[in-house]
Amino acid sequence: MLLARIVGTVVATRKDPRLEGKKLLICRQIDPDGNDEKGYLVAVDTVHAGFRERVLIVQGSSARMAQGCKDTPVDAAIVGIVDQVAQD
Amino acid sequence: MYLGKVIGRVVSTVKDASLEGRKLLLIRRMPQGPSVVAVDAVGAGAGETVYVCRGREAAFAFKPQEVPTEASVVAIVDTVEREL
Repeated sequence: MLLARIVGTVVATRKDPRLEGKKLLICRQIDPDGNDEKGYLVAVDTVHAGFRERVLIVQGSSARMAQGCKDTPVDAAIVGIVDQVAQD
Repeated sequence: MYLGKVIGRVVSTVKDASLEGRKLLLIRRMPQGPSVVAVDAVGAGAGETVYVCRGREAAFAFKPQEVPTEASVVAIVDTVEREL
């Protein structure tokens, strides 16, 4: 799973019917210290995350196991809002 | 699957219901590589060398529950023997 920060939203009117009602967010991958890394991805929100929050993203076919994503065309889902990253 | 070292933990209160009670570990791929967050299936702890399973199969470690994860810690490594 990836650590990321939400940097924007995506609005799409014409889309797969199974994506209707789902929030699409633009996420920027970050390192454990919170610094931006290369690359953006669009993920479906399942935990009501908001702008600038640090989140956990699950990628690939496992994303379909997130709540409400069963049998939907989703390959990246936000499954948690990060409170804290503790490094040893 | 690859070897990694546990370098930290991730705390999340609001999360997918099937992740409740699961430990989220910060793993650094060995010998050096990017860090990923993996769900712990074996009770691994800080500084330990672990075996990480990636992809759809990572969720199989928690069967019959369906846990949305694409990286799971599935073993704690005792020793690694190799030539070179």
